[in-house]
Parts: sequence; structure tokens; C-alpha cells
Amino acid sequence: MKTIIFKTASTYLLPLLVLFSIFILLRGHYLPGGGFVGGLIASIAFVIHSFANGIDQTKSIIKFHPGFLMPIGLAIALVSGAAPLLIGESFMTGLWFEEPLSVIGMVGSALFFDTGVYLVVIGVTLTIIFTISETI
Amino acid sequence: MNNPYIVLPVIFQLFTAVLLMFFWFRVNAQRLITIICSLISVGIAIWLFNEVYNRGILTMQAGEWQAPFGITFVADIFSATMVLLTAISGMAVAVFSTGSIRNARLKFGYFPILNFLLMGLQGAFLTGDIFNLYVWFEIIIIASFVLITIGGEKAQIEGAMKYVTMNLLASAIFLTAIAILYGMAGSLNMADLSGQVAQIENRGLVNVVAILFLVGFGIKSAIFPLYFWLPASYHTPPPAISAIFGGLLTKVGVYALIRIFTLIFIPDEFLSNLLIIMAALTILSGGLGAILQVNMRKIFSYLIVCHIGFMIAGLGIYTELAILGAIFYLIHDIIVKTNLFLISGLIFKLKGTLNIEKLGGLYKKYPKYSLLIAIPLFSLVGIPPLSGFWAKLFLIEGGYLEGQYTLVGFILLGSFLTLWVIAKLWSEVFWKESVDLPKKINVKYFYELKPFKQWAMIIPIVILTVISLYIGLAAEHIVVLSKQISSELMNPSAYIEAVLGTKTDMP
Repeated sequence: MKTIIFKTASTYLLPLLVLFSIFILLRGHYLPGGGFVGGLIASIAFVIHSFANGIDQTKSIIKFHPGFLMPIGLAIALVSGAAPLLIGESFMTGLWFEEPLSVIGMVGSALFFDTGVYLVVIGVTLTIIFTISETI
Repeated sequence: MNNPYIVLPVIFQLFTAVLLMFFWFRVNAQRLITIICSLISVGIAIWLFNEVYNRGILTMQAGEWQAPFGITFVADIFSATMVLLTAISGMAVAVFSTGSIRNARLKFGYFPILNFLLMGLQGAFLTGDIFNLYVWFEIIIIASFVLITIGGEKAQIEGAMKYVTMNLLASAIFLTAIAILYGMAGSLNMADLSGQVAQIENRGLVNVVAILFLVGFGIKSAIFPLYFWLPASYHTPPPAISAIFGGLLTKVGVYALIRIFTLIFIPDEFLSNLLIIMAALTILSGGLGAILQVNMRKIFSYLIVCHIGFMIAGLGIYTELAILGAIFYLIHDIIVKTNLFLISGLIFKLKGTLNIEKLGGLYKKYPKYSLLIAIPLFSLVGIPPLSGFWAKLFLIEGGYLEGQYTLVGFILLGSFLTLWVIAKLWSEVFWKESVDLPKKINVKYFYELKPFKQWAMIIPIVILTVISLYIGLAAEHIVVLSKQISSELMNPSAYIEAVLGTKTDMP
């Protein structure tokens, strides 16, 4: 689908969708949203870009292999889940900072867990899609 | 007693898997990390076992959500034993894999997936929540799908098709059973369910749900009418993978059956009889199947089915003594079956085939290895004083005291069939005059491997053999342990109290 409209639109859609995915990620926990949906939206941004400009263009934007996001995301999720063990609380207990940060709001270990999920979802989706489009 | 650290065996496996993923293409680094981390995980399992043995049942409420609302992790002595056995077999298989699995397979992420599989197993043994148990089962089967297909040989894909289909079916049935159970009792915590299910008036529906659980776990643990997928798939992947499958994956089904049928659904007469009939037919069909086969790994696969029958028989008789026998058999079987599949891998590397009619003369050429291999083979048969003997002794005694003479007959028949199969295997593979086999080009023979890899294949077999010797020769320790497990299983009030007794203010 190499139409000029789609190509131009995809250039603008990529940053917009990535920003929107971060918004969805931060909105999660108490409201609908979170790491999984956010990660899917972010990977859709790159998928649209690759449909319009070809897979090589998208790869040159990302610079590294998206599969590398999987261990990083898993590590973040694991650390945020296991952090309460260090102070003798149960696994996955939510730890929260006292004061809310501006823009983001309340920050706790749940947000870090969601960020981990976000990265894993992007990594998995993009790896799958890149692998499939390379083989066909 | 509350102890947040009992979840460590699970977390450590996840940590290992993530660490290994960072070294995706660096195969030698993965080998080193695997060996070190699997030793540490054995250490953690020993710590947990020791803690539970000395202090009693330990619980953990994930995220500090109190039972029965949150997900509870419970380490009673049964769970702790299973965690320890999983860590030991996992370590043996991981070390064996560093020697036997090809680099091409390792580059597809073999070691991380193996650790995810072990994480699933540890989680399934530790969880006290039935839906969480389902989640761990899903992790186990997804990881095992990858392991069984990794490498993508034609035979592997064929075996994987049967394996995947049956296991997905089992999961669907298991999930349906959980849904109906939740609809009836309104709880998912196993300790809470124990009390809730006993109060339900509609016993017919309870029995239906119990049967659904029996079918779901029965497919996974390969009980009589549902076992056909196992011999059709377990001989296809590399030996290290079939070792972890044969040693642990069916046993997690047996663990779940024992847990569910002692805690939630206390078998009535109908269910007991059903379990006994299924056990007898499992023993018979597994034993008869093993006699017909010529591929060594297919023989062992059928023997898995046969010996699952012994454990189900113990559950069916449902006395403390019989359950003791079943637990003892479970402990012995995990170690021995893992070892046997590792041994089949070693023999394949030595001779290039696993067809027992073509093999021969192993004893003449490798007397030391043959003596090493003899120990697990004879423990499997149950020649006294090796480990299988004691387990069968308790099972037979338990059945005899309850007047289940037919079942005792089947257990004896199963032992004779095993003896026959192993004797045939021994005479064909070790004593028969050797024939010169044509050298295969796509097999890397044992003498071609580097010394490190040779040792990596021998040492796990030695370790597992020593452990099965310990189970046999120091049987009184294992009997004391199994006795404690079976008395805890038959009187679950301590378990329920440990989970629900810590209930404080509601969240």
C-alpha cells in the first residue's frame, strides 16, 4: 500500500500513536489502560509505519532488534514484583511513593510492572511481525 | 506461618530465564549460567524443604491480599518435597543439556524456555489457589510446546501435534471444571474450597465436577483411556527434553490429582472404584504396550504410563498406608524416570540408535557405564533393596489390608511386566553379541565430543543414580517423610488452618 496519503499519514501517526500508548500506560491501574494495551498500541504504530514505508525503513528507525525488549521488560517486571521481598513484604505487594509526581500522578511498583509488560508486548509483537514479513 | 520467601524457587527460575535471554546468541555463556543457576536453585529448594520440615506449613499471600481473596502460596511438606525433586531433576537435565543439545537448538532459546518450564512446575507445586494452578499449568504446557517442537524435525512436529491437541483439550476441561466449581462454591482458594464443597447439598453436581477434574488431570498424567498421546510424542524430542517431560510433566498431573482428591473432593465409593479400575487398566495397558516396543524411548514412555497406574492405585485405595506408598512411588519415580531418559540419550550418543534389536554388546565395550545404568533399571523393576521395592511394598500392603485383592494382583502383574521388559532390554542391549552398526553422518558420537561435554552427560546420570540408591538404601528416611506427607494429606485441617487461620482484617 504505497499511496502517498498513507505514507504521509504514517509519518505523523507514528509519534502520535507512541505518545498515545504512553498515555494509556500511565492511565492504567485505576482506569482502563495499562501496559498490555499500551504495548499493543505502540507496536501498531510501528506496524502501520512498516506497511507504508516497507519493513527496512521501520527497522532503521528502531535501530536495534525488538526482541531485545523482551528480557529488559521481563527484568523490570521481575524486579518490581520482587522488590517488596527486600523489606520482608510478600511478592507483588504494591509499594507507593508518598507524594504524587506532576503529570504522572501516584507512582508505585505497579507502574514499573506495567512498564515491563509494555516493553515485553512491544518486543514480542514486533518480533513476530518482523519475522513473518521477512519470511513471506 | 507467614513467610514471604517461599516463592523464591519460582522467582529464581524466572530470574535465570531472564538472565539467559540477555545472552540469547552466546551459547557458551548460557551453558555456564545454566549450570551455576541450577545448582543455586537446588540450594534454594533444600533451604525451603529444611524450613518447612522444621517449622511446619508456610504460607505467603501474594500482594498481601489475605486468603481466601488473594492468591495464596502454600509450602507444606508435600509441596516442598516436590519442589526439591523438581530442582534436582531440573538441575540434572540442565547439566545434561549443556553436553547433549546442539548449538542450533540452543540458539532458539532452549535454556530460557527450559527455565520457564521449571518455573511453571515450581509454581504449580507451591500454589494454594486452584485458578493459579491452572495458570501454572498453562505456563508449563506453553513452554513444553516450544521445547517439543524446537529444532523442527518431521517426527518432532508429528509428535507435537498429538501432544498439543490433547493438552489443550485437557486445559479446556480443567478450566470448565474450575468455572463450575466457582459457580457452586464461590471460591478459588483450595483450603477454602475444602470446607465449601463439603457443604454443597447437590452431591451429583459435585461428583460431575470431580470427574471433570479427573479427566483434565487424567489426560495430563496419562491415565488409562486418556494416555495415547504420551507414547506417541515422548520419543520424538531430544533425550534431555523427554527426560524433563517423562520425569516431571506427568507427575505434576499426579500431584494435582492427589491434592484435589485429598483436599477438595474426598472420594466416595463411586469415585474410589472408578480410580481403582482406571489404575488397574493403566497398569495393564502400559505394561503390555511396553513389551511390544523395540524403540528404547517408546519402552520407557509406556513404562511411565504403567507406573502412573501405581500412584493412582494408591490414591484409589485411599488409606494412609496406600497414600504413603503412592507418595514414595512418586518420589522414586521422578528421579528414576528422569535418569532413564538421560540414559537413553547417552546410549544414543554411544551407538547412534535406540532400536534394541540393533543394539548389543554394550556391557562388553563399556562395563562401567553398564553397571551405572543397571542401578536405575533395577530400581525401576523394584529389586530389593533398590528404591522401587519399598514403594510397591507399601502399595501392596495398603491394598491387601483394604481387601483390594484384584488391584494387588494388577500391581504385581505390573511389576512382572516391568521386570520382563527390563530383562528383555538388558539382554538385548547389554548382553547380546554386538553387531557393527553403520556409522551415521548426522549423529555426533560420544567419542567425538569434547571431554567437558562427555562429563556433562555422565555426571547428571551419576548424581541421579546416587540419589535413587539413597532412596533405596536409606528408605527409612523416605518412609518417615512419606508418612508425614500422607498423614497431612489425610487430615488436611492443618493445611486449612495455615492458609485461612492467618486471616486478619479484610482488605
